[in-house]
Amino acid sequence: MAVTGMPRGHALAAPVDLNGTGHYVHWGVIQLSVANLVVIGVMVVVFVLALLLPFPGGRR
Amino acid sequence: MTAPHEPASRGWTGAVRRRAVAALPPDKLLPDTQPAYMASWIYVFGVLTLSSLVVVLATGGVLALKGPAWWHVSDAGKYVNSLHLWSVELFMFFMVIHLWGKFFMAAWRGRRALTWITGVVCFLTSIGTAFTGYLVQQNFDSQWIAGQAKDGLNSVGIGAFFNVLDFGQMLMWHIVLLPFVLGLLTAWHILLVRLRGIVPPIGAADPAHGSPAASAPLPAEGEAP
Repeated sequence: MAVTGMPRGHALAAPVDLNGTGHYVHWGVIQLSVANLVVIGVMVVVFVLALLLPFPGGRR
Repeated sequence: MTAPHEPASRGWTGAVRRRAVAALPPDKLLPDTQPAYMASWIYVFGVLTLSSLVVVLATGGVLALKGPAWWHVSDAGKYVNSLHLWSVELFMFFMVIHLWGKFFMAAWRGRRALTWITGVVCFLTSIGTAFTGYLVQQNFDSQWIAGQAKDGLNSVGIGAFFNVLDFGQMLMWHIVLLPFVLGLLTAWHILLVRLRGIVPPIGAADPAHGSPAASAPLPAEGEAP
């Protein structure tokens, strides 16, 4: 079904506008993009989940 | 393998074969069971890294066959180009979690130092391969990265033989030299994992040796081991 009043590219657009300039955080000499910081945060979350979530069949 | 009644070959091929089969018999090379302690998600990230690497190499091979006019312009080319990028993103993502898991379980215990070292060198080689990949995108991003990187590399003397502004040299590093080294190191790393076995948790018995892992805490005096 066609989405009326909305270009196809807009319907498939990323949830965050990636066409503008990047966002950065600064700690003294350290400069890190928010995108990279988000990826590092997701890695930490996945690492913790991998330790905590039960593995299927692991109780046999 | 040589039959019991057959004299052993004295050639170097026979000697290599005997050593290889003795070190890694088929049931050790491709095991169908694993120790109980491997029933944890943290042990999955090594094979996820390897699976991502297969996709990286396959999509990179297609890009090399079809050429830049295809990957920059056609829909299929852009799709495969994106697959190549995102499989690299997943490869690095899974490899870092694999690294954290192995670091915190001190995976170099029990004569596994070389397994750890080959993994570390794989990680460093992957960073170099990803870096040269960003340099050969043929867009403003790659120009910016090359312009910034040349100053850092020149300041430590590497620029004399590794010129990030030389597109041809960076492309060869990216599609020939670094993937070849990474492939060899990965194969070596996996063979070492099969040879020494998966590291047990700290304090658990190593099924390969039937004894607690090398760096497990020793029992206190008077305490049963």
